[in-house]
Amino acid sequence: MSLPMIEIDNISKEYRLGVIGGTTLNAELQTKIAKLRGKEDPNSKIGAKQPTHRNERFLALDGVSFNVMPGEAVGIIGHNGAGKSTLLKLISRVTAPSAGEIRLRGRVASMLEVGTGFHPELTGRENVYLNGAILGMTKAEIDRKFDEIVEFAEMAQFIDTPVKRYSSGMYVKLAFSVAAHLDSEIMIMDEVLAVGDAKFQNKCLGKMGDEASSNNRTILYVSHNMSTIQRLCTRVIVLDHGRVVFDGDTPSGVAKYLAVNRESDTVNYLENIERSRYCQRGIVMEKVSFPEKENNLFLQGGKVHFRLQWRTTKKLLNVVMRAYVNHVTATPVGFTSIPFGDLDAGQHFETDVEIDIAGLIPGSYYLSCEFHEIDSSGATTWQDCADNMLQFEVLENREIKLELMDHTNKVAWNHNNWGSIRFQVSSDNRLVK
Amino acid sequence: MDENRPVTVIKPHTGWLDLHLGELLHYKDLIFLFVKRNFVSLYKQTVLGPAWAVIQPLLTTVVFSLVFGNIAGLAADGVPTFIFYLTANVMWGYFSGCLTTTSSTFIANSGILGKVYFPRLVMPISTVLSKLIDFAIQYAFMIIFVIYFALTNSGVHPNWYMLMTPVLLLQLAMLSLGVGIIISAATTKYRDLRMLVSFGVQLWMYATPVAYDMFSIAGFAPGGKYYHIYMCNPVTPIINMFRYAYLGIGGVDWFYYGISWVVTLVILFIGVIMFTRVERTFMDTV
Repeated sequence: MSLPMIEIDNISKEYRLGVIGGTTLNAELQTKIAKLRGKEDPNSKIGAKQPTHRNERFLALDGVSFNVMPGEAVGIIGHNGAGKSTLLKLISRVTAPSAGEIRLRGRVASMLEVGTGFHPELTGRENVYLNGAILGMTKAEIDRKFDEIVEFAEMAQFIDTPVKRYSSGMYVKLAFSVAAHLDSEIMIMDEVLAVGDAKFQNKCLGKMGDEASSNNRTILYVSHNMSTIQRLCTRVIVLDHGRVVFDGDTPSGVAKYLAVNRESDTVNYLENIERSRYCQRGIVMEKVSFPEKENNLFLQGGKVHFRLQWRTTKKLLNVVMRAYVNHVTATPVGFTSIPFGDLDAGQHFETDVEIDIAGLIPGSYYLSCEFHEIDSSGATTWQDCADNMLQFEVLENREIKLELMDHTNKVAWNHNNWGSIRFQVSSDNRLVK
Repeated sequence: MDENRPVTVIKPHTGWLDLHLGELLHYKDLIFLFVKRNFVSLYKQTVLGPAWAVIQPLLTTVVFSLVFGNIAGLAADGVPTFIFYLTANVMWGYFSGCLTTTSSTFIANSGILGKVYFPRLVMPISTVLSKLIDFAIQYAFMIIFVIYFALTNSGVHPNWYMLMTPVLLLQLAMLSLGVGIIISAATTKYRDLRMLVSFGVQLWMYATPVAYDMFSIAGFAPGGKYYHIYMCNPVTPIINMFRYAYLGIGGVDWFYYGISWVVTLVILFIGVIMFTRVERTFMDTV
């Protein structure tokens, strides 16, 4: 039985709220002197109660414990502010915990950012050495790996050009290659794969997966992108408000995260949604809902039914509503439009719309709506628009899944590669020879 | 195999003397790469390149010669005012350059330091080393003038004390590193100190015989009323010995030179301790 690579033992990290450090000496002296003379602190907020002002603290991590074994690729997920990045910072020793202990059995390569320490004036070659050394490699190690790094980055041609002349994609490729070739037993990554083109992203994920499974490297990976988490990670830890709320296999972890994190509203009063300044507001959308539903979960192959309440504020010609669906990663999926014809001012409407999502693969999607007026000359003016007004989840339908697996030879669907719609097909296969 | 792997333990608090200086050795390549980066990036896309290293002390020296030598008429102890000011400026320039740059270590590099771990002392140490390159250029420039003035019988008498140069330089590097990292540790909490640095360095220069000859000022000369206070400034004995070595003027007070070393070591020690205390959590406050 081998020992865990990473042992996280009851770690907490506390931050002071409000003015964090960096106060001026003057302000601190004023506070001290005022206190000595029994006067009110000139630097306290007016009306603030002294005790809360002084001692407001915030636990970014609150008693987190887990172990990671060699060869595991662990995804850490959670909504913004759940403590993911703080955790990675502690493990990569950028800052120290307030309580608890972390034990690491091996060298750590942390990629909290791609290309840390890259200097624009230096050439690619010089930056590889600098970045490698920053990440903890010695010059001899980099010498040995240099060709491999350049080849992986597909950069041989530009390696002696200053990186300020690089495109951002080239920059990221080179930086990632350096980190990926570290001889470290533990790799820590904070959503760095979110950059670079899709092809390179796939290459990186493949490389990471290989490293974990065949070279027994341990990977901690933080991301909001569930599809990369699902591809790379064998285990998932879900953080919420600084605590571990789930620790286990990837599919259940992702489901748990979506359950914790999902904006599970089935109703949205739209006055708070920010409208584009091009909206004329001749129409005001007031409320959108999934009627007769307790959650926003829809079964794959079914229909999404939503109800929109709206009114007109002036007389409009030839009104058209467009409803469209985006994947949560903001990739557009599809749209539909409904004509309403000419409308008078001050009318109130309630519209039920049913969208057939037969081809939509499981995942999280946003529903958006906009209203247009098309005048007699054919010019279109926006009357109202509400982006991402409701989120909905499409859940796997077991029957469909079985069929899909038969068809595609058990290839898992990847949103990044193939989009969000699986076309309905009929095929006819004839043996011709 | 698992048992043989080094275990890194990350804890909230460490002892005062838990300095991990051995770790620096592993990062020696990084130190040299930072030195290279600092040097290359400083002079890239400048027309004059490293010549700038010479221009800076040259201009200061010319100004000092004009203002203090000619207008104020301060004596230069029998040597040409130009070489008198140049010798001290080369040394002081190195000291103040290291001091001001290292004192902003945390704030200037928070981008890198917030994203990846390496022993933080790597940064100020590489700063002090990169400034050595500038120093070397200026030193060579100074030597040319020393030879010229020595050959033209201008009262310049270089002597065997020149062999002390590496020791003096090492001491200056350690002292500026010590003071610089003390300030950098304190600036993570009090930004005020940053404003004070350039001003403080100016004041310090006037408390050091850079722009004048202490031996021709009654109060500061040996036996003078303020001599013992004046010599407590650890930079003064260094500058004095340097000037004596290359120009043969002034004098060397070994007692105060010893004190200067003691002060240097104490400051560096305090600096390293303060720095290692702060480096663990400075990202939370910077």
